[in-house]
Amino acid sequence: MNDDAFVIDVAGVNKSFNGKRVVRDLDMQVRRGEIYGFLGPNGSGKTTSIRMLCGLLTPDSGRGTCLGYDIIRETAEIKRRVGYMTQRFSLYEDLSIQENLDFMARMYGMPNRRQVVTDALQRLGLTDRRRQLAGTLSGGWKQRMALAACMLHAPQLLLLDEPTAGVDPKARRDFWSEIYTLAATGISVLVSTHYMDEAERCHRLAYIADGRLLARGTPQQVLEAAGLTTWSVEGEGLQQLAAQLRDLPGVEQVVPFGATLHVSGTDAALLAQSIAPYQASADYRWSAARPGLEDVFIQLMEHAQDNGA
Amino acid sequence: MSLRGFSWSRFIAMVVKEFIQMRRDRLTFAMMVGIPLIQLTLFGFAINSDPKHLPTAVVTADHSVFARSFVAGLAHSGYFEIVQDLETESEARRMLDTGEVQFVVTVPVDFGRKLLRGERPVLLVEADATDPSATSNAITALVTLGQTVLNRDLTGTLVALQPRQPPYELRIHRNYNPEGLTHYNIVPGLMGVILTMTMIMMTGLAITRERERGTMENLLATPVRPLEVTIGKIVPYILVGYIQVSLILLAAWAIFEVPMQGVALLLLCVLAFVAANLSVGIMFSTLAKNQMQAMQMTFFFFLPSILLSGFMFPFRGMPQWAQAIGEILPLTHFLRLVRGILLKGNGVAEALPHLWPIALFMLVVMCVGLKRYRKTLD
Repeated sequence: MNDDAFVIDVAGVNKSFNGKRVVRDLDMQVRRGEIYGFLGPNGSGKTTSIRMLCGLLTPDSGRGTCLGYDIIRETAEIKRRVGYMTQRFSLYEDLSIQENLDFMARMYGMPNRRQVVTDALQRLGLTDRRRQLAGTLSGGWKQRMALAACMLHAPQLLLLDEPTAGVDPKARRDFWSEIYTLAATGISVLVSTHYMDEAERCHRLAYIADGRLLARGTPQQVLEAAGLTTWSVEGEGLQQLAAQLRDLPGVEQVVPFGATLHVSGTDAALLAQSIAPYQASADYRWSAARPGLEDVFIQLMEHAQDNGA
Repeated sequence: MSLRGFSWSRFIAMVVKEFIQMRRDRLTFAMMVGIPLIQLTLFGFAINSDPKHLPTAVVTADHSVFARSFVAGLAHSGYFEIVQDLETESEARRMLDTGEVQFVVTVPVDFGRKLLRGERPVLLVEADATDPSATSNAITALVTLGQTVLNRDLTGTLVALQPRQPPYELRIHRNYNPEGLTHYNIVPGLMGVILTMTMIMMTGLAITRERERGTMENLLATPVRPLEVTIGKIVPYILVGYIQVSLILLAAWAIFEVPMQGVALLLLCVLAFVAANLSVGIMFSTLAKNQMQAMQMTFFFFLPSILLSGFMFPFRGMPQWAQAIGEILPLTHFLRLVRGILLKGNGVAEALPHLWPIALFMLVVMCVGLKRYRKTLD
């Protein structure tokens, strides 16, 4: 039954807490072996969505499957086959690394528990420190250990909720190379993140804001679908220029990027018209820029807020 | 909730984890061992429901041999300690008001002469009865004293003045505790009280702690079932309960010389009692949102357990409705069990009527706990 193309296939999923709708009509399909990025601002419903996928929360309405099992009725089957890494470190800080892994291996009833734990420790490079209490590990090591813990039972799908939040760049890069390795072995990964560079590493993305799915597809598709035109400006007095540009018709975003300013809008003609007088000025050097995912997402978020208001 | 799908592997995972965490939490572990010992020695020695040597002031306006005999008789009874011989009643009243003395005995003018004339003079004993239990035994002793104290002085022609004997003899046997030692009653009772408090609190915190530390999310994401979590958290504490019971029994025997009969049967009853308390703790921790609430619930349950179970006050002295509440509490039945077995040498037949209410209580509470245990984060 797991030969379906989709490891996650949900439609029309809703969830409210105390009358507040946190997830609205979520449709999501994740293909086998794919790294699927799940993006959105804080409180947009990412964690709630992930929890519904692995049976930790029951959707108010909607239906769907995870690894071919119903997300409402067959949560026990899903839990056995999914590796879920929580946003907050949720292993036992007063247990050592080995004890934590041992606990998880027992929880999943691994037949060759000792071997599995030894291997995991070796892969982590923590064999020497296996007796160290988990609470004394640094943020990066905690994340790696948590990943190892949710990988023990060889799940077919990994749900990672902001796995790299608060982790230094080196650890972040190592973490991602590990995820790539896993994906290459056929494991599917759903990963939520705030980082744009991580978003660009994903095979496909979904962007959620205020419980609504606003965009999805490959990073390229998301960029194109946004239809954003972006100009980059260099020169003196960019602060004043930014203030002037912000109120012009067709200018939807003015964002400083180091020594440059990114000016974006969805209506290319209107944007060109508005900035034309400034392009004539010798003070500034204008060049057409490729919009980034960040530009697109900020665009989407602001639109969502406008609609919501 | 059924046994179907119960996994020994997951159950053992829980038990092992709880043991490791218990061992790492040094302070809690020290408390589990320390609390019973400290409380036992403290309360075992301190609590006494038969207070003696109560401070007594005497106002004597008569110096006859009878007055002196009476006052000497008071002191001899052991309940009264004459601390002051006063001249005026106002001084005596002041001492009673301030609590310097518990009793004031007033011997009126011409007590001896009136007595000889057969006028039945009045001897006034005023007691500070704000705490009835502090004075009641002394007052009882006073009545018996009145019957006999003057017999030695009323001889010869005065024999006629002796109080008349009742036409029958009253014989009282204080069974199981002939000397009326309070600690025979208190020490076994303390075992129940200590177990109630520590067992409920420990498990009450057990699940709320998982929720507060965020580890519940990980636990729920695993295939673990409510019964595995619940039993897995109960079993380690049963062992702790037994450690506490052993310590208490050892101290009761070594320090307080409480009779030890039927220890094997008692240890069996302890199992039911401890399990019942642990299920209460588990139920509380499924209801409480945080450890603070779990603590509050523990005390909410603990107070009636102490006050209505017959530990502090005689069970039969309570009104029917209070007894009905008391009958529900496991501690009530455990107290009867432990006192019955240790002091009276009760056997299985006498123990059973108190064993099943504990088992029933546990079953009900356990079901509520399992029902309330949420498999999701909703």
